[in-house]
Amino acid sequence: MKYETDVVVIGAGGGGLAAAISASKAGAQVILIEREDDSGGVLNQCIHNGFGLHYFRKDLTGPEFKESLQEELEKTNVTVLKSTFVLEVTQDKKILFVNKNGINEIKTKSLVMATGARERHFNSLAIPGDRVSGIFTAGVAQKYINLQNLKPANKALILGSGDIGLIMARRLHLEGIEVEGVVEILPYPGGLERNVQQCLRDYNIPLYLSHTVTRVEGDKRLNRVYVSQVDENRNIIPNTEKIFEVDALITSVGLIPSIKPVEFVQTAPGFVTSNTNQTSEDWIFAAGNCTVVFDLVDFVAREGEKAGKYAALYAKKEYLPQELIKIKKGENINILHPSYIDPEEKSKLYIRVSKVFDKAEIVVEPLGIKIIEEEARPSEMIEISLKPFQDSKIKEIEVKAHGIS
Amino acid sequence: MIAVIGGGIVGSLIAREINKYEKDVYLFEAKNGIGMGVTKGNSGIVHGGYDDPPGTLRAELCYMGNRLYDELSKELSIEVLRAGSHVVAFNNEEVSIIDEIEENAINNNVKEYKILDKNEILEMEPLLNQNVLKSFYCPIAGVTEPWEVAMQAARSLEINGGKVFKEKKLVEVNRKNNKYELIFEDASSYLADLVVNACGLYADEVAKLFGDNLPFIFPVKGEYFLFGKDIKYTNSVIFPTPTPLTKGCLVVPTVDGGFLAGPNARGVKSKKDFSTTAEGLLEVKEKSLKLIPSLDFSKNIVKVFAGLRPETQKKDFYIDVGEHGNVIHVSGIRSPGLTAAPAIAKYVVEFLITEKMHIGLRKREDYISHVGKIPHLVETNLNYWEKVIEEDSEAGEMICFCNKVTKKEIKEAIKNGARTVDDIKFATRASFGECQGSFCTSKILKIISEETHISPQDIQQNEKGSWIIASEVRSI
Repeated sequence: MKYETDVVVIGAGGGGLAAAISASKAGAQVILIEREDDSGGVLNQCIHNGFGLHYFRKDLTGPEFKESLQEELEKTNVTVLKSTFVLEVTQDKKILFVNKNGINEIKTKSLVMATGARERHFNSLAIPGDRVSGIFTAGVAQKYINLQNLKPANKALILGSGDIGLIMARRLHLEGIEVEGVVEILPYPGGLERNVQQCLRDYNIPLYLSHTVTRVEGDKRLNRVYVSQVDENRNIIPNTEKIFEVDALITSVGLIPSIKPVEFVQTAPGFVTSNTNQTSEDWIFAAGNCTVVFDLVDFVAREGEKAGKYAALYAKKEYLPQELIKIKKGENINILHPSYIDPEEKSKLYIRVSKVFDKAEIVVEPLGIKIIEEEARPSEMIEISLKPFQDSKIKEIEVKAHGIS
Repeated sequence: MIAVIGGGIVGSLIAREINKYEKDVYLFEAKNGIGMGVTKGNSGIVHGGYDDPPGTLRAELCYMGNRLYDELSKELSIEVLRAGSHVVAFNNEEVSIIDEIEENAINNNVKEYKILDKNEILEMEPLLNQNVLKSFYCPIAGVTEPWEVAMQAARSLEINGGKVFKEKKLVEVNRKNNKYELIFEDASSYLADLVVNACGLYADEVAKLFGDNLPFIFPVKGEYFLFGKDIKYTNSVIFPTPTPLTKGCLVVPTVDGGFLAGPNARGVKSKKDFSTTAEGLLEVKEKSLKLIPSLDFSKNIVKVFAGLRPETQKKDFYIDVGEHGNVIHVSGIRSPGLTAAPAIAKYVVEFLITEKMHIGLRKREDYISHVGKIPHLVETNLNYWEKVIEEDSEAGEMICFCNKVTKKEIKEAIKNGARTVDDIKFATRASFGECQGSFCTSKILKIISEETHISPQDIQQNEKGSWIIASEVRSI
């Protein structure tokens, strides 16, 4: 069977659900594709609270956040294809997919990629040692515990203090798994400060900053993890070795944007987009963690909502950007999203500084925007809103940060 | 009954070769999977046969083995990618080694080679270190997946009336008249008329059970980096010039589009030491960067692993009949063992059994030489895949997103005997991709559990003891 539609959204996590809803509300015919049996993505397994404070102005759990979007979706006439895997997206705007009913194709006018991210795996860190079972990414451990009622460990060490790592430290502890500590290679935590407090300090779980795993050992199953302190260049400091006797190592060492199967647009490493979520291929829009990794699902949903709207307008030929302005990272900026700005539309900039500042001034040149940020750190995204502007002299925008006292 | 002890690539192919003549062939493997020892941790190279020292058994069987892989790939439905290989020289000393290799090739009767100059090499391999001066190019060299060869050869036994036993570790041998009583660790015993010992690292120890003293085997570790499919580093296998000890640390394209860098060569004490080391990995990194300076060790790595070579003092295969008869030892199968394996199988049957032992063998008329494989649906054409989904909707349910493996393929593997996560991985490639099983391992666990009624707590990653799940979070 062949389908035709205005907008296809790939991925029904927080970003994709919001995109499908807004595209539909903007009057487009929408098909939402999800490869798992259920929508919601990682929200389904995030049973803790802290979601929705920005997007719904409520403190929700992951499943509740998803439910809220799901209810909205059900009021629309979006076609949802679950357990459906996209095999190919071609430049002639065709989407080939497979599911239980066979292999089918959709001809679309625009596409929103909301494909999220995957966890970086321990194996890719090339840390030496034995071939053992018992090493899990935090998301996998979370899925076993929260969705499958399976306990993957008795005693665990956590590598990486990203938010999922911190949340899993608490989760494992609450389920009776001894957590020996959280090891972080950087001199500061990778996750949000509120998570360091609520997940580690509240439970007396030690955080080893400037430490890393140097070796894993075990006979078939992990039973020993070697940890050493590192200097500012991440070189191991001799004679600082600690040995942890644990049967699991849970890793939270970064997320990698998932861009497959679209491989013909600009990426770095996620999709490079404009403030209207448009990629280098004008009919393809992208939102959420497949562009850059966001701190909060609230931001992801907000981006998805925007991407859905512009994708619908594009499909109806009501949105075609004229000239885009490049916005680039300056001094002390590690992450800057988006990469281009359509000055006729408003923008939300998402910024990560590259080091910890007690107090930082973020400057957007030449727009003359300056904001002061107390305790700016790489783990917390800074947002700056830009109004539409008209100034034909502006060819490039730069964002910089510097410390102030 | 003819018993083959050792289900690596060599044992499996020998068992298959004998099975063409005799129905009652039993293959016994100590581990819980076929091809999971020396065979697994290997560069996977089908060598050209040009560089083994003339007069060795290695030289005799390597080129012959290379030539047998075409037929083998058709019969066993395995992939052999004839990517070609370069031995590259960066200075005058190394250039003279290339000249020696050419001389060696002539002595070994290998005619399929070319000597290439700088421009010719760089045209074929643009990412190679630009200081290259000369290469010995062998177009018939290639790569395969060694464990797959072993697994498919073992499957051929099951199709043709033979038997495959896993988790059978041989502990005692008794001579009974002209036969051998083989006693395994699980207390089971079998009476065999003829035994082939193809026990890889342990062939010397197993030979002792038959009263034979073989050249001592010592393990030499090789460590590897596996790179993802994002960057195409080379089109062919790149060797540095060899040393008397090894062929050196290489860069190898794998059958499924990834790349290997390695191996180094370090003697280790234990035959069970498959660990990677910080020093070893650093050595591989430095050496492979000399070949391909753009290898990205910061973000393109999928995993690291180590394999062990069964090395002997003479650095040659030892394949002969034991002193007390009715047993053949196939030992010291170091590089190029994978390449030589199909030729070793013929050597054992056609030379040792037939000519040396004078055992009359007659080809079976009912032998089925073709072994099918569970088709990897994403690689078939869409019409075929559609038809499969019509018959079984699970062929449309994607379980492994990276390597695109469906539920049907995983269930087929379970039907063929897969019981561990690694069994599934090596049979279907599910969980073998860039996410290393993050998305699919929990689903695979569930499918194995549902199909076999083994509880998730009892499902292993690979060998016994490699558990994944400790218990239920709470009993329901």
